Amino acid sequence: MQKLDLCEDCAREHKVDAPTNFKLADMLLGLGAADEVGEAASTELVCPQCGYTQAHFKKLGRMGCAACYQVFGPALEDMLRTMHRGVRHVGKVPRRLQGPAQPPVDVTEQIRQLNERLERAVAQEDYELAAQLRDEIKSLKAKAGGRKVKE
Amino acid sequence: MKLQEFLSPAPESARRRGPQDRIVSSSRVRLARNLQGIPFPHHAKKPDCIQALEMIQPAVLSLPSMTGAFAETMEELTALEKQILVERHLISREHASKGAGSGLVLGRDETIAVMINEEDHLRMQALLPGLQLQKAWEMIDHFDSALEEHLDYAFDRKLGYLTACPTNLGTGIRVSAMLHLPGLVLNEQIGQIIQSVNKLGLAVRGLYGEGTEALGNVFQVSNQMTLGEDEPRILARLEKVIAQIIMHEENARAVLMEKKQKVVLNHIGRAYGILANAHSISSKETMNLLSLLKLGMDLGLFPGTDRALVDEMFLVTQPGHLQQRHSEKLSAEERDIVRADMLRDSLAGVKRPLSKPPPPTTGAA
Ligand SMILES: [Zn+2]
Ligand SMILES: [Zn+2]
Repeated sequence: MQKLDLCEDCAREHKVDAPTNFKLADMLLGLGAADEVGEAASTELVCPQCGYTQAHFKKLGRMGCAACYQVFGPALEDMLRTMHRGVRHVGKVPRRLQGPAQPPVDVTEQIRQLNERLERAVAQEDYELAAQLRDEIKSLKAKAGGRKVKE
Repeated sequence: MKLQEFLSPAPESARRRGPQDRIVSSSRVRLARNLQGIPFPHHAKKPDCIQALEMIQPAVLSLPSMTGAFAETMEELTALEKQILVERHLISREHASKGAGSGLVLGRDETIAVMINEEDHLRMQALLPGLQLQKAWEMIDHFDSALEEHLDYAFDRKLGYLTACPTNLGTGIRVSAMLHLPGLVLNEQIGQIIQSVNKLGLAVRGLYGEGTEALGNVFQVSNQMTLGEDEPRILARLEKVIAQIIMHEENARAVLMEKKQKVVLNHIGRAYGILANAHSISSKETMNLLSLLKLGMDLGLFPGTDRALVDEMFLVTQPGHLQQRHSEKLSAEERDIVRADMLRDSLAGVKRPLSKPPPPTTGAA
């Protein structure tokens, strides 16, 4: 088994301050498993962005750059599970990435178009479609009201 | 501007008050962030570090909350200045060891501090006196959101904010509070408390963070996990645990005064005796004895004495601050003498502790 795959500070921190808690053994077991997976997949993974290798990671326990997580990330999961409460981020997200990825829809414009269709439907006495459109408009308006207007 | 001119004078800095500050001396929330496309500081070449620094520093300084801030590169600061920043908890020891390619920005009232190219490209903290974790979080959250308009953070939908060390992944948040726990130490419950806090996934450390001693019975409690849980939950857990520790500390003090009053009074009396009369004293011994003095103040054994005096002594007797007051360089032995002189002077006006605590209408003040 590898000795330590944590960065020096963190290793010291876990060993010195949290001998019982941090399940160092569990973590190392987790790491062991991750290593095997990594080694089975390829003998030498290299980050194309920064040239960081698996050997670097094993030695320092740190990543070389953000892109390293794409390269070494999958083999990291067992280790993350022992370190953290989960393996999926559920906290703050930068604003530029918030919400659905598509550009913000102009709700006012959407409602205007639906209203036009509603008028036509009523004129044509298609009451079923009219009811449907009315509901759609109602839910859109509720959504627009519920969401804070962008500053 | 020189750092000395920028920082508030030591007494003022030590005397900042906050809620629950009898036991909680300060609250801090720190966020770790990195830029896309530039290797993390430990792997980056000099030009990369400088590039990151040159992107981050102006971005930080452009924020309205940073008006009148202090900004400097680490190579421009003297060892003494770095030491003072560490003693004020404005930078980490790791950051103090950095040179070219690293930097810092300090907000006007020392509440917001940004380390550039520490373990991550960006480590920003809000530091407030007393128990104010929620407020510290709100401040740094706003700060981070404003900064994110200017900088492209490395972020992954699954792993969150990408950090140099996987231990900080996700939220990149470290919430911590400094607790003064002499009661739990004297009554030998501290080990037990540390263990149970650890079991909850929180870390307990010494005065200066990772791998440091709990000088002066000051313990830093912080979250350990940063991924798989959002910031409000992390904050809430810590708040809950701190509330419990405060309760245990209060209980420990009450029990000690009830069952081992002589022992406690003896410790406090001796601490006073040494501090007020020594002619040479190390910084470590000073902190440990000042802790007992502070306990004595909390127990009402020093009527009419300003408790803030002890907080001030705690800061100004540390090596960096002490050295700063004496502009010429001092050896360790000389420092111990100067420190003792300063303590004797400061405590000259403080009457020796009562030999019995005042009637038990405690806590009101
Ligand atoms: Zn990389
Ligand atoms: Zn680390």
